[in-house]
Amino acid sequence: MLDILNSIVVLSNYVLIPAITYGSQLALGALGVTLIYGILRFSNFAHGDTMAFGAMVTILFTWLFQSWGITLGPLPTALLGIPFGILATAALLLLIDKFVYQFYRRQKAAPVILVIVSMGVMFVLNGLVRIIIGPNEQRFSDGERFIISAKEFKLLTGLKEGLAFKTTQGITIITAIILVVALFWFLNRTRTGKSMRAFSDNEDLALLSGINPDKVVMVTWIIVAALAATAGALYGLDKSFKPFIFLQLLLPIFAAAIVGGLGNPIGAIAGGFVIAFSEVVITYPLKKVLKYLMPENLEPTGLVQLLSTDYKFAVSFTILLIVLLFRPTGLFKGKSI
Amino acid sequence: MVRERTVAVDPGQIAVIVGPNGAGKSTAMKAIFGMLNIHQGSVRLDGEDISTLSPQDRVAKGMAFVPQSSNVFTSLTVEENLEMGAFLRRDDIDVTMQQVYELFPILREKQKQAAGELSGGQRQQVAVGRALMTKPRVLMLDEPTAGVSPIVMDELFDRIIEVAKTGISILMVEQNARQALSIADKGYVLVQGSNRFTDTGAALLADPEVRKSFLGG
Repeated sequence: MLDILNSIVVLSNYVLIPAITYGSQLALGALGVTLIYGILRFSNFAHGDTMAFGAMVTILFTWLFQSWGITLGPLPTALLGIPFGILATAALLLLIDKFVYQFYRRQKAAPVILVIVSMGVMFVLNGLVRIIIGPNEQRFSDGERFIISAKEFKLLTGLKEGLAFKTTQGITIITAIILVVALFWFLNRTRTGKSMRAFSDNEDLALLSGINPDKVVMVTWIIVAALAATAGALYGLDKSFKPFIFLQLLLPIFAAAIVGGLGNPIGAIAGGFVIAFSEVVITYPLKKVLKYLMPENLEPTGLVQLLSTDYKFAVSFTILLIVLLFRPTGLFKGKSI
Repeated sequence: MVRERTVAVDPGQIAVIVGPNGAGKSTAMKAIFGMLNIHQGSVRLDGEDISTLSPQDRVAKGMAFVPQSSNVFTSLTVEENLEMGAFLRRDDIDVTMQQVYELFPILREKQKQAAGELSGGQRQQVAVGRALMTKPRVLMLDEPTAGVSPIVMDELFDRIIEVAKTGISILMVEQNARQALSIADKGYVLVQGSNRFTDTGAALLADPEVRKSFLGG
């Protein structure tokens, strides 16, 4: 019995909690990608660096607040910085739309052209972030490090294995839930949200109904800014902030959006968790979990690590390929690409 | 190319444009609604020249258009489809929505269902209902019976007559010439972009030449 409990604790500590946290971050990122795909009809390669920009502004404001001595006590000060990160990102995206994307939209440019344009935006944003904050790793988390640390957990339960639950993990999960609920409420209950869904569903008919496309585009960018800045800041808070990391994050985020079904918000969330769980489970050495579950003489001698962590991006790629081969519209019905 | 033609419809009347494939029926509809540029002539609503307005502005002026295909938001519920139809309205839309539900009772039953899950005939009802939500003065229908079964077709025509009775002008393009002309106050037979015959629906149906060339004897 204790063995089973111990194995569950090990699994939660090393697999479940990190995967749920990572999945929340991917889901928020993928939601932004999928919204842009559904409404503006192109794959936005600049999304990763949009997240980097949002995280960067959040960090700058966090440092400012910290220098003023304003903190949130046990919670990270970054939570105060996030609203400013969102505002700055929204302003940036609206500016980029006005000076870059709008031109191509008016010309009714093909989606593939917009994809290339977004790559240009990606490089510019990436450069901008590195000029402002530098290419190095930045730390900005403060406050209480753990909700429950491994030591406390062991004392509390008397189990041999410890379970650590970091504050940043808790905050990531809760923030993601709040954002997702708010987003779905907005899309399904408000007039503007419904008009966005209508626009994504059938652009011509939306125009015939008198829905203003400029407003739909504007609201979309603002929502995307909120999702991207929050996702970026949470990722930076939970791991650490490094401008180049977000370029690498682009792959699992796109994999999540495509696996779930592009243009489908529920799919983006599901896809985020599918990718996160696969990455974590496949690259985690399961020996410690199995040790408790198997009879003594059958214990695995190796690490039971299916893939080295260096290959974690291969996991997203493989899942992406499998889904595209067998279900081109994704797990939930999205648009095929 | 659509040339030299006059189409007019009075309040509460049904005008039907019929003609062979490629005669320019749908093109004419799109031109009237402002989805295509017109080079000559004008579109007037209640005597007001609206030729330069965009389709959206024409909706605000009281025109509504039901396209032939993809005329519903498939991923939205029936109710949301109707709400989107009334997007430009700032007043209470409940009364109009109830009127639409009375006209198409099946939609009330299916109001929480996604429009994409409905049958072809029901979808057409959603499409017409969506257009009616703006409280239009002129309702334009591009082949409302395309792809629905004959029974559903009869029912749709009945509903269209009911809509007209509420004082809305109806301008309709139809493939099913015989049936459409039988409910029309005015009929236009379009051939290669020009009006070949114009008369009341009944007179056109009785005209031996129209019968011979378009209605199959």
